[in-house]
Amino acid sequence: MAINYSEKIPNNVDLSGNKSLQRALEHWQPGFLNWWSEMGPDESTNFDVYLRTAVSVEPKGWAHFDFVKMKDYRWGIFLAPAEAERKINFGEHMGEPAWQEVPGEYRSTLRRIIVTQGDTEPASVEQQRHLGLTCPSLYDLRNLFQVNVEEGRHLWAMVYLLHAHFGRDGREEGEALLARRSGDADNPRILTAFNEKTPDWLSFFMFTFITDRDGKFQLAALAESGFDPLSRTCRFMLTEEAHHMFVGESGVARIIQRTCDAMKEHKTEDPVKLRALGVIDLPTLQRYLNFHYSVTSDLYGSEISSNAASFYANGLKGRFEETKLADDHKLHGSEYPYMEVVGGQIVTKHAPALTALNERLRDDWVADVQSGINRWNKIPEKAGIAFRFTLPHKGFHRRIGLFTEHQISPDGKILSEAEWTRSHANWLPTEEDRAYVCSLMGRVAEHGKFANWIAPPPRGINNQPADFEYVRFN
Amino acid sequence: MNAPGELKRQHVIDPEICIRCNTCEESCPIDAVTHDGNNYVVKFELCNFCNDCISPCPTGAIDNWRRVAQPYTLEEQFSWDTLPPDTSPEVAGDDDLPEEVQRITDIATQGQGGTAAPPWSAAHPYLNLYTLARPAEATVAGNFRLTAADTSNEIHHIVLDFGPTAFPVLEGQSLGVVPPGVDDAGKPHHIRLYSIASPRNGERPDYNNLSLTVKRVTADRDGNPVHGIASNYMCDLKKGDKVKVVGPYGASFLMPNHPGSSIIMICTGTGSAPMRAMTERRRRRMGLKEGGELWLFFGARTPDELPYCGPLMKLPKELINVNLAYSRLPDQPRQYVQDLIRERGEDIARLLKDENSYIYICGLKAMETGVDEAFADVCRGHGMDWSQLLPVLRAASRYHVETY
Repeated sequence: MAINYSEKIPNNVDLSGNKSLQRALEHWQPGFLNWWSEMGPDESTNFDVYLRTAVSVEPKGWAHFDFVKMKDYRWGIFLAPAEAERKINFGEHMGEPAWQEVPGEYRSTLRRIIVTQGDTEPASVEQQRHLGLTCPSLYDLRNLFQVNVEEGRHLWAMVYLLHAHFGRDGREEGEALLARRSGDADNPRILTAFNEKTPDWLSFFMFTFITDRDGKFQLAALAESGFDPLSRTCRFMLTEEAHHMFVGESGVARIIQRTCDAMKEHKTEDPVKLRALGVIDLPTLQRYLNFHYSVTSDLYGSEISSNAASFYANGLKGRFEETKLADDHKLHGSEYPYMEVVGGQIVTKHAPALTALNERLRDDWVADVQSGINRWNKIPEKAGIAFRFTLPHKGFHRRIGLFTEHQISPDGKILSEAEWTRSHANWLPTEEDRAYVCSLMGRVAEHGKFANWIAPPPRGINNQPADFEYVRFN
Repeated sequence: MNAPGELKRQHVIDPEICIRCNTCEESCPIDAVTHDGNNYVVKFELCNFCNDCISPCPTGAIDNWRRVAQPYTLEEQFSWDTLPPDTSPEVAGDDDLPEEVQRITDIATQGQGGTAAPPWSAAHPYLNLYTLARPAEATVAGNFRLTAADTSNEIHHIVLDFGPTAFPVLEGQSLGVVPPGVDDAGKPHHIRLYSIASPRNGERPDYNNLSLTVKRVTADRDGNPVHGIASNYMCDLKKGDKVKVVGPYGASFLMPNHPGSSIIMICTGTGSAPMRAMTERRRRRMGLKEGGELWLFFGARTPDELPYCGPLMKLPKELINVNLAYSRLPDQPRQYVQDLIRERGEDIARLLKDENSYIYICGLKAMETGVDEAFADVCRGHGMDWSQLLPVLRAASRYHVETY
């Protein structure tokens, strides 16, 4: 179905056919725009940005590029096309027709799932709102803004579900989503990782590479949901999420490229010399990677979780690529491995697969992150540099789950508090690291120029050249 | 090395740029994209170049193509760290068509089951002599409106002169025009293809010129107003203006040349361009008394909207049998080309049985079904089975379709 852009709220859900829902969302819209002007990207109001806007949810329509003022971006409600006679594909309701309305018994659970997912979307906009002031190029500034407007649209997607299917409760949750603030002491965002700061562009790229990838896996699991409107919403959101991970993966890759170029040119691996050259040494990048990886890993929750089991058994949240997996889709009698510290040793145990679903989704995510790391490692390899990035042990620097009480080194050794205190500066970004990275962050907004610490991209957006004027400041 | 004609076009994904986001696999309507732990790849035998995956790809990794003698297997593609070097021949003069031309051709020839061989007696065409990187420059020698000024359907006859530049064409071939400037997104405009409306030896015999039939596009298929970039550029050209031209293209929709060969031409609107070229070729050779018949079935809404209506009516009866169908005449029932084909069933059946007769269909895609049914009816009435005859016609290169 084509998207109707002539309406106040662009949509492909026939909003004008449901007047009370339309009124409710039109009532919410000014609140959203206020939130955007208060918490959206700093000082960006008048810029013309070369943005991608969906003009339909069919593949040919969801990448329409044009210059748009961000405040005029048409946030709207887009659901992927309905799959005829879609069934519930897993859990105890498997084989029943997918729900078009919320089943009463799962009402509060579904609402919580949707609110938790929805809360991350405005949170990341808030976390990133100052970055535009220190962009390394117009190309990167445009990518940041693209990510921001789409996170804003993802909030719309979740609020639509809340309004359309959860009545007064849903509307109240919609208001609360605009009221919470990332990092606020009194009214913070729900998940810890979304209250962390994103103070510099390295953090931003790591965040989009690692944390938006959590978004991908959560959305993919919800896209399997038996609640069809949630499934269709998440399927379309996934198409946008891909761009965010691209920004992160290619952003870090370009930093690695620049550093490797400097290492070769000046024949040095010495971080002190490299920092004097104004590039980010590879060990510092590894420490940032360790930090974002471990903080994001916590987002999957505890390794063993009865909530996860009931979400699955009740058909609310599936596994990654559920319908491509060949098993009973009920997980009766099957087991899944997880790790735990027992008697001073990290041991692998087996739990009923149903209760280990968080761990399973985390493992899918780990494999996906690892393959991105492998691609990064091709850059030093090609340059003849021995350094390779590695992912730390799953128990490293965890605040949620079975490793919470333990200090684990990146290579999987159990440490005493004293050993941890002595060593953690080797593994996590120090104040000095962060201060150095922040010192590099100066605004480069000249057409075709790139900051010294990052290489230009191999190709531009939508086949435009890298030096295209992606943002016009007016 | 293989001759270019033996090379196959393969869609590949650049593993160095790809971020494995699964968007292409998700957006492919026929599941032609797959992946393993290493790479996302395209299944050669499934991909039909619909390009649904191209614009959704966040990185541009998807937009890669190779011409290969032996397609890369899935296993080979899975093992890539980088794309293998592109050894596709790039020299002008081979048939390595620009992607857009390939795409348009693929769509236009669906009606005959993909590009077909030309008739055995067709002349050998020159192909792709001029590329986007190295276009030919032509000068506008004339630009005339063919349809009445008071009709909304504005069709122009445009004559291009190539001066000293060689641009050899055959009847039924097309050329590409690249409108100057860039689109709203700052990209160069797409190539537009136009069928050549003049015979091989020129609009004016033995001058280095050719003619095109161009309709000014003011509405899309659903009737919504749009401003056709290329057609408006073409229709507004003045005598003396310079135009960048690429091509020629087309090695299939070519006329038979052997004495005694007959041609059935079925068209609407600007689909008449190749028919005009073929007819004019035959007219100029009438004195040779080579035999064979020409049959034209031409549809338009009204006589005022039928390009070349006046000249057509003046053609000698012994050259061509002209059948015009009008679908919007006041106080008349709507008539379509398929109605006239049925009316002339006797002659059509005779020609279908004659292995020296060739059928050419050009115009809007919507006419295909009606024409197909008309042929089926004619066959039924004359003891033939269209469903069995059509494959025979195709195999003998006697059935050619270009619809859009």
